Amino acid sequence: MADQTPSPQLFNVQIDGVWHQFPKGTRVIEACARVGVFVPRYCYHKKLSSPGNCRMCLIEMGFPRLGPDRKPELGADGKPIINWIPRPQISCAQDVSEGMAVRTNSPLVKECQRGVMEFLLINHPLDCPICDQAGECRLQEFSVDFGNSKSRFLENKVKKPKNVVLGPRVTLDDERCILCSRCIRFCQEIAHDDVLGFVDRGSYTALTAHPGKRLENNYSLNTVDICPVGALTSTDFRFKMRVWFLKETKSICTSCATGCNTIIGTREDVIYRQTPRENDHVNSCWMCDYGRLNFKYLEAENRLLEPQIRSDGNLIAVDWPMAIAEAALQLKQFAGHEIAIIASGRMTNEELWLTSQLAKSLGVQWIDIVPRRGPGDDILLSEDRNPNTNGARLILRPTSEPGAKLTAIAEAVKSGEVKALMILKENTMHLGISVEQLARLPALIAMNVLSNEATEKATVVLPACSFAEKRGSMINGKGRLQRLNRAVRPPGNARDDWEILRDLLQAVGGGDSLSSVDDVFRRISETVPQFAGLTLSKIGDLGVHILQMEELPTMRPSDEENIEQAVAIQARRRAVRSH
Amino acid sequence: MAITVPRPKLNWRERSYLPAIVAGLAITFKHFKNMLLGRTKVTMQYPEQKWDSSLPDHYRGAPALVQDEDGRVRCVACQLCEFICPPRAIKIIPGEIPSADRFAKVEKYPEAFDIDMIRCIFCGMCEEVCPEQAIFLRKDYAITGFTRADMVHHKEKLLEIGGVMHGVVLKWNEKK
Amino acid sequence: MDFAFVVTSLLKIVGILVVILTMVSYAVYAERRVSAFIQDRLGPNRVGPAGLFQPIADMFKLLLKEDFTPRSANTFYYWLAPCLAVMPAIITIAVVPFGSTLFGVPMVIADVNVGILFVFAIASLGVYGIVIGGWASNSKYPFLGGIRSSAQMLSYELSLGLAVIPVFLLVGNLRLTSVVRYQIEHGWFIAPFVGDWTNPWKWLLAIPMIISFLVFMIAIFAETNRLPFDLPEAEQELAGGYNIEYSSMKFALYFLGEYAAMITGSAVIVTLFLGGWHFPGIPDGSHGWIFGLINIAVFFAKVAALIFIFMWVRWTLPRFRYDQLMRLGWLFFFEIALVNIFLVAAILPYTSRL
Repeated sequence: MADQTPSPQLFNVQIDGVWHQFPKGTRVIEACARVGVFVPRYCYHKKLSSPGNCRMCLIEMGFPRLGPDRKPELGADGKPIINWIPRPQISCAQDVSEGMAVRTNSPLVKECQRGVMEFLLINHPLDCPICDQAGECRLQEFSVDFGNSKSRFLENKVKKPKNVVLGPRVTLDDERCILCSRCIRFCQEIAHDDVLGFVDRGSYTALTAHPGKRLENNYSLNTVDICPVGALTSTDFRFKMRVWFLKETKSICTSCATGCNTIIGTREDVIYRQTPRENDHVNSCWMCDYGRLNFKYLEAENRLLEPQIRSDGNLIAVDWPMAIAEAALQLKQFAGHEIAIIASGRMTNEELWLTSQLAKSLGVQWIDIVPRRGPGDDILLSEDRNPNTNGARLILRPTSEPGAKLTAIAEAVKSGEVKALMILKENTMHLGISVEQLARLPALIAMNVLSNEATEKATVVLPACSFAEKRGSMINGKGRLQRLNRAVRPPGNARDDWEILRDLLQAVGGGDSLSSVDDVFRRISETVPQFAGLTLSKIGDLGVHILQMEELPTMRPSDEENIEQAVAIQARRRAVRSH
Repeated sequence: MAITVPRPKLNWRERSYLPAIVAGLAITFKHFKNMLLGRTKVTMQYPEQKWDSSLPDHYRGAPALVQDEDGRVRCVACQLCEFICPPRAIKIIPGEIPSADRFAKVEKYPEAFDIDMIRCIFCGMCEEVCPEQAIFLRKDYAITGFTRADMVHHKEKLLEIGGVMHGVVLKWNEKK
Repeated sequence: MDFAFVVTSLLKIVGILVVILTMVSYAVYAERRVSAFIQDRLGPNRVGPAGLFQPIADMFKLLLKEDFTPRSANTFYYWLAPCLAVMPAIITIAVVPFGSTLFGVPMVIADVNVGILFVFAIASLGVYGIVIGGWASNSKYPFLGGIRSSAQMLSYELSLGLAVIPVFLLVGNLRLTSVVRYQIEHGWFIAPFVGDWTNPWKWLLAIPMIISFLVFMIAIFAETNRLPFDLPEAEQELAGGYNIEYSSMKFALYFLGEYAAMITGSAVIVTLFLGGWHFPGIPDGSHGWIFGLINIAVFFAKVAALIFIFMWVRWTLPRFRYDQLMRLGWLFFFEIALVNIFLVAAILPYTSRL
C-alpha cells in the first residue's frame, strides 16, 4: 500500500472543512484518524484487508467542481467549491486522492450511522451483563456514541447457536456476532490457516468453522482480540473477570526470543489475561497462544515461597538475611575453579549483569546459560525459546556461543571437579547431571520460581520472581532492547531476582550500593557500549533497537580491557562525587 | 479584597451580655423542666419500640439477592455492583451454568456472592446499578455478629434476606 | 490529742470521703442526665432504675479498660499527674464545715484558723495535675491544654482571692467556721433577709457581697475548667486537651478530679456566701442529733443546688475564646474585685455597731 518512492506524492484532502495533506495510498479512514477525527468501524482493521461489509464507517465524500477550463471553481472564500456525492461512501476501502473532501459529521452521515447501528442491534441479544466483551465492546461504545437510545424492534430475534466450541481455546456465541469477518480475514491473511467462514443467508448468516476443521492454530486467540463484540471469547478468560477490574501493565512476553509486546491484565495480584500490544517493530498487533497463556505457572502448586537452607539433610524455611549469608558462606569455601554457575536466558539484563559480577567476584570461569529451542514458525514464534539470549551474549560474555560450555560443566560436576554449583532459574535434568550427582555436591544454590529436581537437592533455595513480577530489560532475537514491568507482587517471601543477586554479591564481598533495578541498568550502560546513554525508563514502552544482528559480539581481549577501564572511570567519578 | 463584616452597635445593656445569658439560661431551664415533667417526648425507646411497621418503602437496609418466580437467582454475576460499591464490600466469584441446566441460556451465575456488612454503607448504589434487578436493599437494619466473619453475608444469607421478588422485568424471555 | 479526737476525726474523714466520691460519681450521672434533659433527650436510663447504676457500670468499664502508657511519655510524671489532679480537690474539703455538731462533735475535719488560705493553697495545686499531665504525655494537644490551663488558673486565682477579702473584712478572721457563725448571727452574705433584716446597712452591704459572690463563682468556674472556661480540654480545638493520652483508670482519675473540684468549689461557695449548713428555722446540732443530721443534709443540698447551676451554665453557654478569657479575667474581674474591697471597707465603719 505504502508509496515506494523516496518522496511520496502528497494529496490535498479536506476533512470536515479543513484541508490537510496525506501521502498517496493513505486510506480515508486512516487519514481521518491521523487528524483526530474518529470514524467508527467494525470490519476495518488496519492490519487486515478491507471488505467494507459493516457499513459503519460511512462518510460523505466529494470532489471540487471543475469549471469549463478543467480547473476547480473557487467560491466566495477563495476555496474550491465541492461537488458532494449524493450517496454516502465507506471510508475504509477508499484511498485519498487529490482534492478529495470528506464530511464525517454531517446530518446524512449521522443518520447513516444511526441506521447501521439499529440494523446491527436488531438480532443482537441484550446480554451485556453476562457478556465478557462488556467494557471493551465496540457495539456498546458506538451504540452510546452514534446509536439510538431505544429499540424499535418488536419481532422475535433470530436464534443462533450459542456456546459453540470453535477450537481448544476459542468459544463462539453466534447470536452476538455482527458478521464483520475480521476473524475470517485474520485466519486467512495472518495465520495462514483458513478455517472460518459464514454459512446461511440473510438474518441467518452465521460464523462457523469449515466442516472438519477447528480453529486450533497457534494464533487463534488473536481473533478474540480483534472481535469487536463478544462473539469470540477466550475459553480460558471466559467468565473469569470483568475487564473493567483489570489493571493493565505494559510488558513483554518472555516465552520466546521474539519478545511480543503485551498488556498484562491483573486484579489484586492475580493475572487474568495477557493481550498483545501494538508494536510494528516486533509483533504488529498479534501474539501467539503459547506465549499468551504461558502465565499459569505463577500460581502453580510447586511455587517456591520461602527461602530455605539444608539442615541435617532437610530443607527448612529461613529468613532472607540468613539464606543469603548461608549461600555466601558456602560459596566462599571454594576456589573459583571449583564453582560453576548455570544462568538462564530467561533472566533480565540486570540479573545477568549481577550474575557476571558475582562470577567475577568469586573468580568463576564455569559460567554459561542453557539454550532452549523449540519449533518456530515464520509468523512470530521463534525457535529460540529463551527471551534474552542476546542479553546473555552481550552481558555475560561467554567465550563462545551460549550453551557451548554446558557439557564441560556437566562433566566437571560429574567428575567432582566442581564442588559448588549455582543454578539460576534453570533445571539441570536435561544437562545429563543426575539427581544423585546433584545431591553429592557440597554446595548447590538454586534460585527459581518453581521447585524442581535441582531445588529439591539444593543446599540453599532462593525463591525468585517470574516475568510478571519484576521490572527489567531484555534483548529480543532481533536485537531490540525491551522492558518488562511489574504487574503483580510476588507471592509469599519470593523476592526480585536482582535483589537476591545483589545481596549475594555484597555478602560474597564485592559490590556496592545498588538500591534499585534502575541503578543496575545504569551500571550496565556505563560498562556495555551498546547500552550507552540509555536508562531503564528511556527504553520506553516500545523498546530501542540496539543490536545489528550481523555484528554479534564475540569475546575479544579488548572487551575485557574496556570493562576494566569503565569500572576504573566509574570508581574515579564516585570518588569525585563523594568529595 | 478583605471584606469587613459590619458589626451591630450594642447598647450598654447588650454589651454587658447579662440579659442574653439570663435569657439563655431561661431557655435551657425551660427545656429541662419540660423534660423533667414529661411534657417533651422525642426519644424512642429503641429495643422496646421500633420503627419497623412505619419504615418507608424507600428505606435502605441490608442489601440482599432476590429470586424470581421461577426460583432462579436473578444475579448473573456481572460484577457491576462490585465495581460501583464505594466501600468495596462486595465480592463475587462468577460461575458458568452447565448446559444441561434449565437456565443454561443465562450462562453465568454467582458461584459466591459475599457482602461484608462491616464495610457496607447502605448507600444503595448496588441496587441502582444492577442491570438484572437482582439486588435490593431490604428493611433489615440490625445486622449483628460476634466476629468479623459473622458479619460477612454469604450468598445463602443474602438470598434468605432477599426472598422472592414478584413483578420484576423478565429479561430472559424469548423476545429479547 | 486524745483518743476520742483521733477516732472521730478518722470517722469524719472516712465519712466525708465516701460522701464525696459517691457525689462525684453521681455528679457524672447527673451531668449526663441534666444535659440530656436540657437537650430534650433522656440520657443514660438503662442500668438500674432510671439509670441509677450507670456510675457503677462506668466504673467497671474504666477499670477493665487497657491502661495504656504511650512509649514517648515521661512515665513517672505521666503516672503522677492524675493523682495530683484528684488529691487537692478532695483535701480542700478538710477545712470546710459541712454540718454543725453531731453528738457534740463539730462537723469539720480540721477547724484551722487559716481556713481560707488552706483552701487556696491546696486548690491551686490542682493545676499541677493538668500541667504535668499535659507535659508528660509528650504530645501536642495535651501540651497545649496544659499551657492553657496554667495561664487560666494564674489569671483567675487573682480574682478568686480578691473576691473573698470582703467576706473576711466582715468576719474578722480566716476560720471558715467563724464565717458560718457570722452568717447565722447576721444573715447570709448575699441574702440579708435571712436573719435580722431590719438593719438598712446590711442591705447596703449586700450589694458588694453579691458582686463578690458573682466574681468568686465565675472564678471557680474557671478554676474547675468548667464551661464556658473549659479551654484546657476544648474538644473541638484540642480534641480533648490534657487528657488525650490517658486511658482506663488514669483517665477516670482526671474525671474524678474535675468533679471533685467542682464539689469542693461549691462547698466553699456555700460556706462563704450561702450560710454554710445553716437554714432559717432549723436549730443546730446541740438541740439533738437529728438536727445535726439535718444540718449536714442542708449543707449538701445547697452544694447539690450549686452543682446543678454549674451544669445548667455548662449546657447553656458557649466556650470563650482564649483572648476573651484572658481579657475578662485581667481587665474585668480583677478590677471589680479590687474596687469591691474598697467599697466594703468604706461601708464597714458604719456597720460596726451591728
